[in-house]
Amino acid sequence: MPKNNKSSTKKTVTRRDFLVLSATAMAGVGAAACAWPFVDSMNPASDVLALASIEVDLSPIVKGQTLKVLWRGKPVFIRHRTEKDIEEAEKSNWRDLRDPEPDSARVKPGHKEWLVMIGVCTHLGCIPIGHSGDYDGWFCPCHGSHYDTSGRIMKGPAPLNLIIPEYKFITDTKIKVG
Amino acid sequence: MAKGENKKKETIVDWIEYRLPIFSFLRHLGEYRTPKNLNYMWNFGSIAGIALVIQIVTGIVLAMHYSPNDATAFSSVEYIMRNVNYGWLLRYIHAVGASMFFVAVYIHIARGMYYGSYKSPRELVWFFGLFIFILMMATAFMGYVLPWGQMSFWGATVITNLFSAIPLVGESVVRWLWGGFSVGDATLNRFFALHYLLPFVIVGVVIIHIMALHVHGSNNPKGVEVQSKNDTVPFHPYYTVKDFVGFGVYFLVFAYFVFYQPNYLGHPDNYIESNPMVTPEHIVPEWYFLPFYAILRAIPSKLGGVVMMFSGILVLFALPWLDHSKVKSASYRPLFRVMFWVFIFDVIALGYLGGQPPEGIYVFLGRLATAYYFTHFMFILPFVSRYEKPLPLPKSISSKE
Repeated sequence: MPKNNKSSTKKTVTRRDFLVLSATAMAGVGAAACAWPFVDSMNPASDVLALASIEVDLSPIVKGQTLKVLWRGKPVFIRHRTEKDIEEAEKSNWRDLRDPEPDSARVKPGHKEWLVMIGVCTHLGCIPIGHSGDYDGWFCPCHGSHYDTSGRIMKGPAPLNLIIPEYKFITDTKIKVG
Repeated sequence: MAKGENKKKETIVDWIEYRLPIFSFLRHLGEYRTPKNLNYMWNFGSIAGIALVIQIVTGIVLAMHYSPNDATAFSSVEYIMRNVNYGWLLRYIHAVGASMFFVAVYIHIARGMYYGSYKSPRELVWFFGLFIFILMMATAFMGYVLPWGQMSFWGATVITNLFSAIPLVGESVVRWLWGGFSVGDATLNRFFALHYLLPFVIVGVVIIHIMALHVHGSNNPKGVEVQSKNDTVPFHPYYTVKDFVGFGVYFLVFAYFVFYQPNYLGHPDNYIESNPMVTPEHIVPEWYFLPFYAILRAIPSKLGGVVMMFSGILVLFALPWLDHSKVKSASYRPLFRVMFWVFIFDVIALGYLGGQPPEGIYVFLGRLATAYYFTHFMFILPFVSRYEKPLPLPKSISSKE
């Protein structure tokens, strides 16, 4: 101990301070790491992630009709678009839209009569009603979002176009979603 | 006195008190002094307390029959209604009780706002009250999901999707909340677990709320602090008896709803089993969320709406500083009193608009009422507390004027 007690009020950093601080920091990091299994246990379980993809036969869907199928707990809309639907979707000025996307980017080449989308409103997850709203596409009854015949957001609170899932044509009348 | 004599007199009460001071704590409750001029608006704290007890007791019994599984949840609720002895009564008490709890708490909050109970030195009493309010909303929301009807399912979908508005991590957060790609079995299970847990967390926060309250004691209708014992009466028997009168009236209203209008405050769509393929035509949350739901819908942007809705609650934390007038009670603040009632009208209007479809004039009125809600806190309160000339305050609680 130094002779004059006055100067001992001045804090000096000792080796012990360093050890205490670094040990506390390590314990803190360790405790935080231990929280991860608890947090991650709430993420989707393996069986949920392993949900298989589905195949859909398009042949029974007549022009102007929309089929709803369940995929990963959510509906997928498959709309057999009429010429009028396609024309409306193609002629719209897509560059001015909230989520600008041309109609051609939302269908598969050579299959523009088929529109396949996840039927969940991008606002808060409700299911929009088909063939309604101000643009003949979809209308979400929850908070009033209007989508056009390409599933693009035209009006209302939703920020994005209806999402196109990963899918491909196996044959001309059969698709595989997922 | 000899030591030996002293030891003989030691009772079992003394023995326990020496090791665990439970009896002095009980004595504190018995002798706790309270302003003598509290009016009936001060009943709602204890009413909210009894409401919480009723929810916990009925909830524990209901949990013994309920099945938190997406295949059986809906039918287990009907099983409770039809087969369990008094199941209908317990479930209706629990369902109506949630609404009654919110009625009591909203009046309790409004009383605090009118009489300035949030002001120094009771800011932390106010804060912990708000924590209770937030926990209540989370608990009530998750409880409403458990019957697994259409409103349960779609309410859960909409509310959990609020978190998808968070930039970058929103989608991952929502998938984590769900435990899947949509609201489903995993979601139902965890909501049940949390719905059982949170009421006990609320009990803990209520204890802190009351501890903080008992440091400086209750505010009172005159809003001047207690100066002497003449200003107070012991809590027991004066306010225990007065609280019991309040309980009686509360239970009458409660019983009217349980026995005559048990589904009045619910929604018929929730008696349709949940269906992930069909959204009900018109989704509305329970009435006690409607003002905040109206704010959410008023903003034509997803993130903006979510931010404003949460701000609508969080702004209450700033209340003790937004209203910086030294005078607590609205009885001595003529301008504040008028603005308080306009604000209450605005909140009721928001509640009405939140229940209307999001189209036409309702959209415009919803935006107007939302704008006023925030104007009240951010502009009117600071302005009023600066420029208002309060009426002369009484010298003490006991003085005549």
